[in-house]
Amino acid sequence: MSDPSPAPREDEPAGARVDLLAALKEAVITAAVAFGLFALLIGVRTEQGPTGALIITTRFGPLAAFVATAFVGRFIFAMTRHRFTVPAKFLVPQAIRQAAAAFSPYLAGALLVFALVVPVVFYGNSYLLDLAIQIVTYIMLGFGLNIVVGLAGLLDLGYVAFYAVGAYSYALIAQDFGLSFWVCLPLAGILAAFAGLLLGFPVLRLRGDYLAIVTLGFGEIIRLVLLNWQNLTGGPNGISGIPRPSFFGLPFTASENGFAATFGLNYSPTHRFVFLYYIILALALLTNWVTLRLRRLPIGRAWEALREDEIACRALGINTTTTKLTAFALGAMFGGFAGAFFATRLSFISPESFSFTESALVLAIVVLGGMGSQLGVVLAATVMFSGFEFFRQFDQYRMLVFGAAMVAIILYRPRGLVSTRKASISLHRRREIPTDAVDRTQSLGPA
Amino acid sequence: MEYFVQQLINGITLGSIYGLIAIGYTMVYGIIGMINFAHGDIFMVGAFLALIAFLVLVAFGITAVPLALLIVLLVSMALTALYGWTVERIAYRPLRGSFRLAPLISAIGMSIVLQNYVQIAQGARVKPLPPLVQGGYTLFEGNNFAVRLSNIQIIVVVATVVLMAGFSYLVARTRLGRNMRACEQDLKMAALVGIDVDRTISLTFVIGAALAAVAGLMFLLYYGVVDFFIGFLAGVKAFTAAVLGGIGSLPGAMIGGILIGLIETMWSAYFSIEYKDVAAFAILIVVLIFLPTGLMGRPEVEKV
Repeated sequence: MSDPSPAPREDEPAGARVDLLAALKEAVITAAVAFGLFALLIGVRTEQGPTGALIITTRFGPLAAFVATAFVGRFIFAMTRHRFTVPAKFLVPQAIRQAAAAFSPYLAGALLVFALVVPVVFYGNSYLLDLAIQIVTYIMLGFGLNIVVGLAGLLDLGYVAFYAVGAYSYALIAQDFGLSFWVCLPLAGILAAFAGLLLGFPVLRLRGDYLAIVTLGFGEIIRLVLLNWQNLTGGPNGISGIPRPSFFGLPFTASENGFAATFGLNYSPTHRFVFLYYIILALALLTNWVTLRLRRLPIGRAWEALREDEIACRALGINTTTTKLTAFALGAMFGGFAGAFFATRLSFISPESFSFTESALVLAIVVLGGMGSQLGVVLAATVMFSGFEFFRQFDQYRMLVFGAAMVAIILYRPRGLVSTRKASISLHRRREIPTDAVDRTQSLGPA
Repeated sequence: MEYFVQQLINGITLGSIYGLIAIGYTMVYGIIGMINFAHGDIFMVGAFLALIAFLVLVAFGITAVPLALLIVLLVSMALTALYGWTVERIAYRPLRGSFRLAPLISAIGMSIVLQNYVQIAQGARVKPLPPLVQGGYTLFEGNNFAVRLSNIQIIVVVATVVLMAGFSYLVARTRLGRNMRACEQDLKMAALVGIDVDRTISLTFVIGAALAAVAGLMFLLYYGVVDFFIGFLAGVKAFTAAVLGGIGSLPGAMIGGILIGLIETMWSAYFSIEYKDVAAFAILIVVLIFLPTGLMGRPEVEKV
């Protein structure tokens, strides 16, 4: 198997005569590979015929289009490759970069103000409000997971389990005991934190990828239990009719003692959206505030030390057991809060909402945002879900594009969108440094 | 007793399929230390390629089962290997030397891409295939229960044993195998002594994908249906098998695969079929607590 893409020849001066023959050869090989990849899966379509047996139809048109695209794309790339050796920093004009740098300290504040006025600006647009609620929910999940992955460096692929525990806790407690949202919310958080401890204990000794796979297994176990424990969770049918939150006892209904009637407003279903939005925003801000404060406390510093080097951590006398367990429990607790909110927002939950894809999504938000960066989580979640909505009209291609975008972003910026990190604590002046300088847990291999 | 023997046979067959997938995980993890999350989906792609290749052969009028099987096997191995190579080339190689989580995220993205690509290209519904290989032997009877060994089970186990033997030979005796073992020990040193590391890693992905394609074909023959989602669960279980056997160890992957297959089958046979996947994951967690390096793995010594 030969490699069709020799490394770009850097010794060539820019603008040197492009080797037409070599470019053609490259393009032909790429087209051949594309043909091999797509010949059967694109070129042939299988459908169940009237008798139930599979019948095949050929689709040579799309196949030819794919192969041609590969050929032309590679040819153009090969012909113009030497133009791309310009470092990226010259591509963006100096002025723009300076403006961005000057603006960046105020970015977080600006985003906060924007988040606060979203319901005012988009009051009439319940579709956008719903989208905003969804984005902030994922921002909150991202903040929660950021404690586990970004700060403590424990790779958790089953974070959705705590989200599920929170959601089901709220649904079951609220339905069976008739408690209100505000009583159930802490309970859901506490139960999720216990689930976090439950997961934390057995995996204390594991590191890196082993930890990842065990957490993934844990997430799947929770989902399968929810799916099969019919008389408690309703199995695949889920739980419906979960109580909605009320504004200090005033429900968001058109009735006489509802929110709108009490305040002399005309009833509008948007009120509930606005209320839900502010709940989740408050929860997310709480998570953010707690995280930022904890980073300055000994426990937060212990997390970051644990992420950098576990052995050195032990040598310094840090109790790695409690450090890891608190990270798991706290991260899980915030996941549980978000889960309770999710249940009350939709008023319906089923195990389907807690599949591995959700875990991957939240992890992607954390890693693509830049591990450990709160601002990165916000940016990544916003970009990702806006993108999702953009592709809503091409619904079946949505996840395909999502996966491809995930690969593309990580290839382009392996460190995530916000790849600088302010040290949590420093002697004189807090400076931003690239994460590469901090994190030495590089994968092996010739760089 | 008869029931138990029957479950044993079924479990070993299923375990062989897991073992074949697990080899791909264990080799890649051994060499570059990453979980190739897309490997389960490569297996799924292999199963689809086998299905389509078979239907195309039937359309061309080639219906002699042994010949068709052989062609399907070769075609799906070759094309799936191409997928394995492409995934590595596009999504993993540029990230080599990058930080630890980057390849994993890239792999998760690739897994989503492959799943949805197959779903869009071939539809979301399950694809049934009439049983190609029929018949079997009744080993013995008793208590109104006949222990049967079907031909397809024989094919699965024999193919697995042959591939394992061939693959062990490749790793132990050939130049490529030596390069792979060198890369496993130390990538930088391997590069320094003149091993083409990129090529070796590529070939590792190619071989892993080809073995996954065989597993895919076996799965297709054994169960008779495939859909675009089979890769996730099979992939996670195969990774569990690799960890159980000791990651980086080839016989470990096979033994782990068979153990997972047996656990799953026995659990569904004697306890509850709903919780069979829970059993597999629970076993994984228990094993990792008491045997963090798996059954045949080397302890990971971390030097400061």
